[in-house]
Amino acid sequence: MKDYKYIGKNVTRIDALDKISGAATFVDDIDFGANLLYAELIESTEASALIKKIDISAAMKVKGVYKIFTGKDFHNRFGLYMKDRYVFAQERVRFVGEQIGAVVAFTPEAAKSAVALVKVEYEPLPAVLNQMDALQSDAPLLHPEVENYPRVPWFYPKAGTNIAHWRKTRKGDLGKGFAKADVILEDTYSVPRYAHCALETHIAVAKFDHSGRLTVWSSSQSPHTQRHLFAEALGLSHKDVRVITPYVGGGFGGKAGVTMEIIPAVLATQLKGYAVKLRYSREQEFTNTYQRLGVVAKIKMGATKDGRITALEHKLYWDAGAYVEYGANVVNAVGLSASGPYCIDNVSIDSVCVYTNLPPGGPYRGFGYSEMLFGLESHISRMAQQLNIDEVEFRRINAIKPGDETAYGAKMNPSGLQDCIDKAAAAINWGKKPVSEDPTKVIGQGFAAFWKAPAMPPNASSSAFLKFNEDATINLLISGMDIGQGYQTVMAQIAGEILSVPPAKIRVETPDTDRNPYEWQTVASHITWSCGNAVKNAALDAREQIFSLIHRVYHYPVDVLYLEDEAVKCKTDSAFILPLQNFVVDGIMTEDGTFKGGPVNGCGMFMPEFSSTKDNPETSQGGHPNVHYTVGAAALNLEIDKETGKMKLLKVALAIDAGKAINPDLVRGQITGGLLQGLATVLYEDMRFNEKGKLLNPNLTDYKIPTAKDVPEEIIPIIVEVPQPDGPFGARGIGEHTMLPAAPMIANAIEDALGIRIKSLPITAEKVALTFLQEKAKQ
Amino acid sequence: MKEISFMLNDEPRNVQVEPNEILLDVLRNKLGIKSPKCGCERGDCGACTVLLDGKAVRSCLILAVEVENHNITTLEGISRAKLSALQEAFMEFNSFQCGYCAPGIILAVTELLEKNPHPSLEEIKESIAGNLCRCTGYTPIFDAIMSLTGKGTK
Ligand code: FES
Ligand code: FES
Repeated sequence: MKDYKYIGKNVTRIDALDKISGAATFVDDIDFGANLLYAELIESTEASALIKKIDISAAMKVKGVYKIFTGKDFHNRFGLYMKDRYVFAQERVRFVGEQIGAVVAFTPEAAKSAVALVKVEYEPLPAVLNQMDALQSDAPLLHPEVENYPRVPWFYPKAGTNIAHWRKTRKGDLGKGFAKADVILEDTYSVPRYAHCALETHIAVAKFDHSGRLTVWSSSQSPHTQRHLFAEALGLSHKDVRVITPYVGGGFGGKAGVTMEIIPAVLATQLKGYAVKLRYSREQEFTNTYQRLGVVAKIKMGATKDGRITALEHKLYWDAGAYVEYGANVVNAVGLSASGPYCIDNVSIDSVCVYTNLPPGGPYRGFGYSEMLFGLESHISRMAQQLNIDEVEFRRINAIKPGDETAYGAKMNPSGLQDCIDKAAAAINWGKKPVSEDPTKVIGQGFAAFWKAPAMPPNASSSAFLKFNEDATINLLISGMDIGQGYQTVMAQIAGEILSVPPAKIRVETPDTDRNPYEWQTVASHITWSCGNAVKNAALDAREQIFSLIHRVYHYPVDVLYLEDEAVKCKTDSAFILPLQNFVVDGIMTEDGTFKGGPVNGCGMFMPEFSSTKDNPETSQGGHPNVHYTVGAAALNLEIDKETGKMKLLKVALAIDAGKAINPDLVRGQITGGLLQGLATVLYEDMRFNEKGKLLNPNLTDYKIPTAKDVPEEIIPIIVEVPQPDGPFGARGIGEHTMLPAAPMIANAIEDALGIRIKSLPITAEKVALTFLQEKAKQ
Repeated sequence: MKEISFMLNDEPRNVQVEPNEILLDVLRNKLGIKSPKCGCERGDCGACTVLLDGKAVRSCLILAVEVENHNITTLEGISRAKLSALQEAFMEFNSFQCGYCAPGIILAVTELLEKNPHPSLEEIKESIAGNLCRCTGYTPIFDAIMSLTGKGTK
């Protein structure tokens, strides 16, 4: 393997000093001076209703209130993949918490007290609170106009229904596949909604100055996408919209696209000269940002005695909420990939995006794959059991290999799934489970494999500017977000490797759309791959400029030159060593005292030119919608108290194929962090809505996320490296994937330990104990 | 409005506060101390942790008037001269990702190590159980602390 200086090394994070010294600036840390206004939202208390009247008279009398805006002031529609949302509700509300208007005041206290005094009169409409009800033919329609909404060409809404999008994938002949099967297993699995719970809540500050220029400071994964959507919704030129995104206190998909940020942006246009801040409370963070979609999945699988899956029918009905401008693409992504990481000849997938009167569903780390894999990987384990084949072996037999055909016909990329399966199984001594010393406890082993592709438009792109400074340090201008994963460091490693500059000498600033070049969004675990390629190209561009200058001045052929230790060297003349800092800005003085060269500035971009969403809507055959998949597998030993159902995670191993781990410690960081986030969705996180569609636990006391005491006893992160041919140094993304196997592997371990099968999330101790009791009573 | 005086990062400060103003808001908005973060404003997350006379407390649950004549330490105070060994260990072990929880967690552990330089893993977990981190999975935080107690390895 090639010897790299910075690639594959555990380089110290370049944002470390900022973040551990307290210097890191987040949006709310910026001071905006005396002209700052505070916005608070008037929110719907109804899940489905017509707005009859909004009385703001009492609210306007509160001292310090400046203005109050409602839907009649703004009719702008917005949305990422489908424009089905309004900035403020227009005559009708569709979920509890939906923004009806905003009070703008000189102090946050005034804004809050005024909001409490706004009286909204509603005419309640029937509400549908789950997707199965919403699919009934007599269900009330949330969006009677759905088929007319502007949208991307790969969405297929059904007029006169609550179906916003229906992705169908068909491969082979399902009937023949089932006919060949010796065993057919059919069941239904369900997964509820979840909340991201980034520690920093959503926040945005917008200013429309007297020259007509809009600047928005936001906590976002998507500065350029926000700029685009603001420009579109407000009818402004892109050059007059500037989005500045300082550090982000956690994203997990929740800060992708545009949600609440458009509110201050729109308000600002009517409040010229002021800055307007909207900072979400923890409660609003739960009730009116994206939530993870819920799903009901019906799976029918057929397999032969020797362990080959012959047919898979997978129907997924998604609770996508009141607006699906982003969430419908979650549904789409899973509709293409619900075969899981297996090569199956006969497949039928229906992934159906259903409107409900609950908060908008949207991107959440895993982008639908966690939900889909809970059912599929549970089913795989059960099928193996019925066939009397070890479930790990069953996965090995069916695991997709490079070059195999996916369900939509494109070829699978190079990937090390077999290796991941073997290594995860070996790490916990699969098949040799320990016996608990405590007779009231039993230990089970669980396993799950996973895959996921970035879901993005076929032309999603990245770009990079790289500027050398006088001392040969570098400023790298890119527009991906370091939402914690270590993106800035990895980009510095890539540039540093090519230019022989230590990453610690490279500064990567957080984005400002005025200065930093275009990036689609930091989502889809595609940024290491996509922006990494752009950075690599920018560094190569700079290197080319350097070599051509050396050639012009010293006449060495370009192909004998190389960079090492921050200097240009020559393969044919070992005496030639020219430090970069001697010339990367000032140029090189020649004999007659004139200078050649000048500042070296590299520029690079990347777009996957092979990607396409043009396919047959009835089968999904014909396109190349996914650039590649990242695969992996995980296994665990789970100890369960038979009386209380309490579970202890003894040992968890997760193996993932990173292509090339540019910074192995950061990959391991994603594994430990993602695993715990995934495990929590199984063991205790749970959004509870009442029969009126109101969330009952919108805070961190009642919606419990893991604390330091909930960490598994041992986590074994395993990195597999089968290079991605078009990845920077072979790298592909891994960030979201680390969450994916958690739910099914726990369900599978519970069955192994107690012989009970739990088919819905979450799997709380209480649920385990009760199910176990019921099963025992039956026997 | 009432004027209060207290020691902030070893410097005497005076500030006018409302009787119902929380310490977190006063530190951030009136004194320019931005490292304590707001994550919930109800005592659930620990992002607002500061040291009050050396004890880790949630500044969202404390009224500013209560700190009259007391000592408040924030991460700004700890970082001023040079990074502490704990901060260095946080860098080495990647004990943060987004970094939003880091100021609070570093202060909570600073208190722990002050009182108990050789805590067990259980004691470490206990000391930060009220500080949520959604990113790291906590393990890298434990590793950093263990490396300082002589019990850890990397
Ligand atoms: S903001 Fe104080 S505990 Fe969360
Ligand atoms: S690093 Fe993000 S919350 Fe801890």
